[in-house]
Amino acid sequence: MLDGLFDPRRWQITLASMDSFWQGFGFTLQVTIAGLAISLVLGCILGVFSTTRSRILRAISRVYVEFFQNTPLPVQVFFYYMAGPRVLQAILGAPSPVRLSSFAIGALGVGLYHAAYISEVIRTGIESVPRGQMEAAQSQGFTRAQAYMLIILPQTFKVILPPLCNQALNLVKNTSVLALIAGGDLMYNADNFVSTYGYLQGYIMACVLYFIICFPLALLVQWLEKRSKVRPRAKKIPGITPEPTKEA
Amino acid sequence: MAIFTPANVSFIMAGFLKTIEISVLAIICSVVLGTVLALIKQYCTGKLSIFKWLVSAYIELFRCTPNLLWILFIYFTVKGSDVFISVLAFTLFTSAVMAEIVRGGLNSIPKSQFEAAKSQGFGFFASMRYIILPQTFKTIIPALFSQCTTVIKDSSYLAGINVMEFMFSAKVVMGYTTDLSQVLLLYGFVFLLYFALNFGISLVVRAYQRRVVAA
Repeated sequence: MLDGLFDPRRWQITLASMDSFWQGFGFTLQVTIAGLAISLVLGCILGVFSTTRSRILRAISRVYVEFFQNTPLPVQVFFYYMAGPRVLQAILGAPSPVRLSSFAIGALGVGLYHAAYISEVIRTGIESVPRGQMEAAQSQGFTRAQAYMLIILPQTFKVILPPLCNQALNLVKNTSVLALIAGGDLMYNADNFVSTYGYLQGYIMACVLYFIICFPLALLVQWLEKRSKVRPRAKKIPGITPEPTKEA
Repeated sequence: MAIFTPANVSFIMAGFLKTIEISVLAIICSVVLGTVLALIKQYCTGKLSIFKWLVSAYIELFRCTPNLLWILFIYFTVKGSDVFISVLAFTLFTSAVMAEIVRGGLNSIPKSQFEAAKSQGFGFFASMRYIILPQTFKTIIPALFSQCTTVIKDSSYLAGINVMEFMFSAKVVMGYTTDLSQVLLLYGFVFLLYFALNFGISLVVRAYQRRVVAA
């Protein structure tokens, strides 16, 4: 079952081919960063949409979120990979199918998928800010857009940071979906190594490398969760805030 | 050539049933294992705390590595039927998530419940069985069900090891056509069925939450 797990020769060969693992590692990181950027921007937009008064914007956000949350990421990515080039050809009227790089498919795949989750995070964050804040801001002459940017969104950070980092963690793991379509990411290169040599060590190496990316994120999530439960204390400003009374 | 012939449709629907079969088995196994892991992490203190650390390490390991990695890993190391391999792989990483969900539920039970159980002469296992766990599961049902939709969705990763589940059987059928409209139709069908299943589950969860909140 676990043949040659402790065979030093196999470990040596695995360590000798670390180049391809590092290459995949770098590619996975690139896809992660691009995917995170896409999902944050789109997620913020959709999250704000879902709390506006406009029915149309709310409906757009709702449909997007339900579709992407309730269908599997691998199916979405297979779709971009297999049907995407020809759909683009039909839309753009190009003479031949439009080739999509695996980087584009990966970033778009995880980006669009996690945008739905991030949108829900942002929505719950905004809903956690009391309605009176918006009313107070408007009574002070802020427009709605200004109130969102300057009053509401900054207050949501504490609530949304832990689940946001959790989404980042899931996003890193989900980039492995690229291995299903020969994407050149860490999972794909590791799987390639294992099928070339037949050594289990390739998977263990991938496990270690993914863990290196994800474990700090997991710790960050835990730390943020703990911190978000602490009630804020007023800052001390000498001369303005009352001096603490000495206990008798 | 039309792709929705009776033979093709029944082939794809067999894949859909396999997806459901694997998901249900994996969820049952991982709820059981996850509950055991949660109890160990929560209550093995003192001399037994070595088990607590082992379980914590297990949970962190599976939380920080992709599911696909473990699917490929199990496929490579374990021989068995494809359903057995799939359920084993999914139980491994889903039980880690389930353990955290159950632990969250355990933490939400007021301490007085434990004290009351103890004062009535319940031992540890009896108080878990009759007092604590029933209340825990009642509070975690929404999280549990949304994890079910995650398992159903992630089961499509099994296409990577050629298990004849829904996505893979649809892909096989797709191999017989080059007509774009047929491919799009087939993808639409796949999306629709996954969506109906998962959306149905999430509607049930929402109805349950409303009922509990209203009660």
